[in-house]
Amino acid sequence: MQTTVLLVVLPLLFAPLTALCRNGKLAWALTLVLMLALSTLAIHLMRDVLFGAVIHYELGGWAPPWGIEYKIDSLNALVCVIVTSIGLLSVLFAKSSVEKEISEQVTALFYACLQLCVLGMLGIALTGDIFNLFVFLEISSLSSYALIAMGRNRKALTAALEYLILGTIGATFFLLGVGMLYAASGSLNMQDIARRFADFGSMHLVSTSLAFIVIGIALKAAIFPLHSWLPKAYSQAPSVISIFLAATATKVSIYVIIRCLYQVYPVDYWSSAVLPDLLTGLGCIAIVYGSARALTQTDIRNLLAYSSVAQIGYMILGIGLMNVHGLMASFLHLFNHAIMKAALFMAAGVFFYRANTTKLSELAGLGKEMPWTTAALIIAGLSLIGMPGTVGFVSKWYLLQSAFETGVWYAVIAVLAGSVLAILYVWKMVEALYFRPAFKVAIHHVPSGSSGISRTPAGMLVSIWLLVFSCIYFGIDTRLTTTSARTAVATLSSDIHIVSGSTP
Amino acid sequence: MNTPLLILLSVLVPLTGAGLVSQLQRLPNLRETITLLSAVVLFIINLLLYNTFPEMTSQRLVLAEPFENLPIAFRVEAYGLLFALVASGLWIVTSIYSIGYMRAHDELNQTRFYTLFAVAIACVMAIAYSDNLFTLFLFYEALTVTTYPLVTHAGTKQAKKQGRVYLVLLMGSSVAFLLPAIVLTYLQAGRLDFVAGGLLSGVLNAQWLAPLLLLYLLGIAKAGIMPLHHWLPSAMVAPTPVSALLHAVAVVKAGVFTILKVVVYVIGPDFIAGQGAHHWLVWLPMLTILVASLIAMTKDHLKERLAYSTISQLSYIVLGALAANSYGLQGASLHIAMHAFAKITLFFAAGAILVANHKTKVSELAGLGHAMPFTFAMFTIGSLSIIGLPVFGGMWSKWYLIAGAAAFDGPTFTQWAMLATLTVSSLLNIAYLLTIPVRAFFASPGIPSVHAKEAPLPCLIGMAVPAIFCIYLFFDPHWLLNLSQPTTANGLP
Amino acid sequence: MDYAIGHLNYWLIICVMMVGLYTLMSRGNLIKKVAGLNIFQTSVILFYVSLGKLQGGTAPIVSPEFVLYANPLPQVLMLTAIVVGVATTALGFALIVRIKEAYGSMDESEINRMDGTGT
Repeated sequence: MQTTVLLVVLPLLFAPLTALCRNGKLAWALTLVLMLALSTLAIHLMRDVLFGAVIHYELGGWAPPWGIEYKIDSLNALVCVIVTSIGLLSVLFAKSSVEKEISEQVTALFYACLQLCVLGMLGIALTGDIFNLFVFLEISSLSSYALIAMGRNRKALTAALEYLILGTIGATFFLLGVGMLYAASGSLNMQDIARRFADFGSMHLVSTSLAFIVIGIALKAAIFPLHSWLPKAYSQAPSVISIFLAATATKVSIYVIIRCLYQVYPVDYWSSAVLPDLLTGLGCIAIVYGSARALTQTDIRNLLAYSSVAQIGYMILGIGLMNVHGLMASFLHLFNHAIMKAALFMAAGVFFYRANTTKLSELAGLGKEMPWTTAALIIAGLSLIGMPGTVGFVSKWYLLQSAFETGVWYAVIAVLAGSVLAILYVWKMVEALYFRPAFKVAIHHVPSGSSGISRTPAGMLVSIWLLVFSCIYFGIDTRLTTTSARTAVATLSSDIHIVSGSTP
Repeated sequence: MNTPLLILLSVLVPLTGAGLVSQLQRLPNLRETITLLSAVVLFIINLLLYNTFPEMTSQRLVLAEPFENLPIAFRVEAYGLLFALVASGLWIVTSIYSIGYMRAHDELNQTRFYTLFAVAIACVMAIAYSDNLFTLFLFYEALTVTTYPLVTHAGTKQAKKQGRVYLVLLMGSSVAFLLPAIVLTYLQAGRLDFVAGGLLSGVLNAQWLAPLLLLYLLGIAKAGIMPLHHWLPSAMVAPTPVSALLHAVAVVKAGVFTILKVVVYVIGPDFIAGQGAHHWLVWLPMLTILVASLIAMTKDHLKERLAYSTISQLSYIVLGALAANSYGLQGASLHIAMHAFAKITLFFAAGAILVANHKTKVSELAGLGHAMPFTFAMFTIGSLSIIGLPVFGGMWSKWYLIAGAAAFDGPTFTQWAMLATLTVSSLLNIAYLLTIPVRAFFASPGIPSVHAKEAPLPCLIGMAVPAIFCIYLFFDPHWLLNLSQPTTANGLP
Repeated sequence: MDYAIGHLNYWLIICVMMVGLYTLMSRGNLIKKVAGLNIFQTSVILFYVSLGKLQGGTAPIVSPEFVLYANPLPQVLMLTAIVVGVATTALGFALIVRIKEAYGSMDESEINRMDGTGT
């Protein structure tokens, strides 16, 4: 099964090559080829594990727990598909946007960094070794700090530095937790730790390590109240990076939380403690707080970033509710939210590309000039609200079902309140785009007003509408997504009892 | 022709019409011809479906199955057929009327108007034929979204503000109340299909019946039950054809239709009657009827007065449904049709007055009857039908509603209150509706209006047809009576 | 008391960690912040290395003269962590250079004032 390792090795090979390119277009083409290859591989992988098979791959032929093992089940295959396909679409989107926002000399480096970021995320998803996970986490984080700093405004620099400091604290916490776990268990292989957990589970060190790991990743995943870096970073980054990171970065961190909670520490170990209630509570607060803050924003990208804080709350809530439907809702929302948030940030990117601004007051009246982009924004926005027939409804449906089943009433109320607030903030954008008289000055700001600038490039339109189409498609034909989510839940809840991993 | 194909066509025809219309910005004549044509074709399709009824009701059309046991599925059923026939029939009339209205009024963005109108009709057809609550919910939300741009059509500040009220109330209530109600139903029953006798009957723990029913009543804000009625007066900023077809027929009837479906096929009238959950819930529509009538009397703006009248009339239907006996249900479903014909006449008349003489207020109408005798004659017919006098179709629905109230098996006080509400509100109807033509014909105008004239011909035709139906339905209500009884064993599982 | 002395290395590591965190949070100068971050990371490296230390153990090269070996794995892991730390610090400093160019200042509160974000 060389497919698995290719997912990590390919970007590792392509990144230095890309960095050497003199020509920005060539770098873009290389990245596009890489992303195409990666998404094909990821979908291939997904097909293999969709019905519950688990692939083990031993790096360098060293048997676990000594060597590093890659273990692919339905859950991380789903994450890989999300990362690679969103990566592919954002690269498709990127060409003209990057030409405009990034200076010619660093374009190649920009794409190389993007590839490294993808590499890091794929590595996080695939690896079965918890220290290896830390390394990949840092690879993706370091490259995303650099990418965010490439934003055009100088605020991007401070946002990147703030993210760097908080992100490093988070990663260091995680490392500390891993160290403690290693001190207790003597192993770094997740499956190995889980299997022998009973031998050392009673040590105090283990519960401390759990706390450090969860807090460290929570910082990375921007779980309320550790979300302060997210709105700044997402709103200041170059458009392509906002799209890519908003759709993938936090998802990968959520994945790590799920993986750690279900396959490193046994469920019984932490479910009796305060953690589930904490996750549920924080999830609910994040939903309401994020949505309310989104409502007060005046810039589309800030608004979308705060909405992300709220949407992360939905995923955390699903984990905290601790039943099959809740976990399924979290998995589905990983996928569904990636689709719709990418589409929304793409719409914001198109606005920035054409009107040089993402401020709502200056976008007024653009709905008539850019009907296709605005229509895409509306459909994706409806999905964010949870309108039936879109992906947003699917995850919300399972989440509500789970909340009713577990009888956590405040979760029901938070989910519904979040949806009502979502109506308000989505409509704030729509009203600005459609019903205010056009803000002519902003449109005149567009340099030269040449036809090349005044028309949305095809690449942008294609990628945004592909996402919008899948927003609806996966909202109606949910077989693929629910099957993979259901399989993932089944794997998670049974995996602890599997005796040993065999090589295929 | 087989039934599933016809159902599919009933949704696709207006959609295709919308697609064609949207491309015909430059050719207004062709655009309106296509609108009219799709309306006629749609009506014919619905008639063909009526022909297959009730033999072919077991055939389902399944589009997809997003959740376990929750397909997006359609099926012909009595109430749905009634609703679809009324809505599509009146779409033809409205299309004729719109041509006169929109041109005489020089509305902007007419293409967008016709396009979205057709899409809204497609949603209505899907609602009418939906085979389960999930499908119904899906298109219920879609209807809200497609009608929103129609409400804000004028694009003014006021239109925007009212549009926000419209959207937030309708979508907010359906998300906050209807969605949890549906999830709860699904969790209890494991599916959401419409089942004769009630899906939840015997499944749901009886103590949860009243809270669940309340959630449904609050969640289906399209039915205009107080306190979530405010979107309807807000929607009156829309052009008159929108107010007439969508906010007197399609949208609001989609609301009461949903309530009727929930009561009959999801919860089950016998279950409700057996548990007495409706004993206190009937007060909600009763209060709405009275309060809305009283508010209507205070409104000087003609369309707003009609809107409050609609709110009060909608609650008749809800009251009939909640009475949970066969008379009440029959009255409720009959009233869907009767009120539709009468109210659309009234709205068309109001629009005609606006188009021809730019009057929107009741107080401005004094003496106008001499200039617009036809319009006000039609207005009188519509008013009389709503009041429920004989020779007008509205009598039949009121007849059954009163019979339903008389057969109500709750506390005697509530029963008397229901009867009193129906009577008093009829008197109030006279007070706030009939005074308008009276004033127009008999009051002497302060300043004689020199330029007063009758509305354009398409508007007059549009008014006359539903007015004629108001009278016709008094003499021949049989086909409606057939459709206003819930499909029983032979139709649904 | 025995407990305290027996875990002396851990207490020291916690001290280093707190020094790092305190510097990170209390200083307005961005360079000092990143330095604090670096100290914070170093404490974790120390923690790992001290995990592997064994009283009387020797370097893990198999030889018949020794029976006790120190665990080499934590040290190997820390090589990676050090690389990560160096990269983070370098990136942080590079960002600060750019910030200095763009704002003409390295003080957090001054920069915030220039951006118009109150805190």
